[in-house]
Amino acid sequence: MTSEPFGDLIERCRAAEDDLVRRWRADVAASLRGRISEVELDKELRDLLDAVLSAVGSSQGGDTKSPAYGEVRALLVDLSRARALQGFSPSETAINVFTLKRAVREVVGAGAEFQPFSDVIDDLGLFTFETYARAREEVIAQQAEQLLELATPVVKLWPGVVALPLVGTLDSARAQVVMEKLLQTLVDTGSEYAIIDITGVPAVDTQVAQHLLKTIVAARLMGAECIISGIRPQIAQTIVALGIEFGDIATKATLADALMLALGRIGVDVAAEMSKRGL
Amino acid sequence: MSAQELAIAGDADVVRVRQAVRAAAVSAKLSLVDQTKLVTAASELARNTLTYGGGGGAVVEEVFNGLRKGVKAIFHDKGPGIADLQLALTDGYTSGSGMGLGLGGARRLVDEFTIDTAPGDGTTVTVVKWAR
Repeated sequence: MTSEPFGDLIERCRAAEDDLVRRWRADVAASLRGRISEVELDKELRDLLDAVLSAVGSSQGGDTKSPAYGEVRALLVDLSRARALQGFSPSETAINVFTLKRAVREVVGAGAEFQPFSDVIDDLGLFTFETYARAREEVIAQQAEQLLELATPVVKLWPGVVALPLVGTLDSARAQVVMEKLLQTLVDTGSEYAIIDITGVPAVDTQVAQHLLKTIVAARLMGAECIISGIRPQIAQTIVALGIEFGDIATKATLADALMLALGRIGVDVAAEMSKRGL
Repeated sequence: MSAQELAIAGDADVVRVRQAVRAAAVSAKLSLVDQTKLVTAASELARNTLTYGGGGGAVVEEVFNGLRKGVKAIFHDKGPGIADLQLALTDGYTSGSGMGLGLGGARRLVDEFTIDTAPGDGTTVTVVKWAR
């Protein structure tokens, strides 16, 4: 059964299916740059064409949201997701769909029935685009979450001394994770000194400073003293211009200086410790 | 480089503005200290736009005054505006929960600083940092 607006376009496409796929593949392959083999692509396009022709030829015709297009949509979701993960650009992905129009026009010929077919392809192209964007966003959200966990290790430098090397942007969400992690580690290790190293923090603004100060006050309430290290010259000058006061909190230029200070305050005799351990 | 328009609607946008300002500062050959100062000022102002202005936008562009290159950043919002500018610029004063150093601090971090604001009319802050 043929739906009205498409005339005999479907039959003509079916008859020329091999030529159609070859022409279509040639257009798509130009943008692949070897990321997918021609054989894989051939299969993808053949399945997609078959599904599109069945859907268009069904009674529901041009409505791409109808159940008849279920298989087409499923194929397009797979395709655009795979492309997004493989690092294809949005246009390199959308071209998979849009170039079918040119293939049909050149292989089968464009009559009055071509316009409704072209509209269907436009709809499917937009759908591909949206799915692609959603897949990308999922990847980004996942990475953000991984970063949040990755970027907050608390390391033990000496019995009683832990260090927290901060890297990157310290926004509210990360500051919260950092504070919880540090306070928990202080309890777990029974440490008296915590060194917060900000060498990897690109800019210390008032929000970052406020988060740092809150963390330090919380650590003090638990009986631990914090030392801030890794204050580079440009950060020091910025902090002064901003007017941020670190009060009586010890700050050092390098992590090494901060460790020395902590060891000195605990009263560690490094030489004696080394001989005790046979080093 | 032409002017770059960025929307400020969330925390991630503050980071994006900061990165755009840093890229412009590097391109205008600002020293490391001046880069850091400008980026920090931009961070304060972008966060003010978000927190007190209810979101808005930023325009970042490289400028040239015939002698020196520099970076100009404009932060605009359509929020409630600032009723008492002197008070807002006073260190330690905040109408929110911050440290009250952002606006005044940003002014000290840059070379040129102008605010256009009126109650109910939004706020536009323009800053310029010149390469030395």
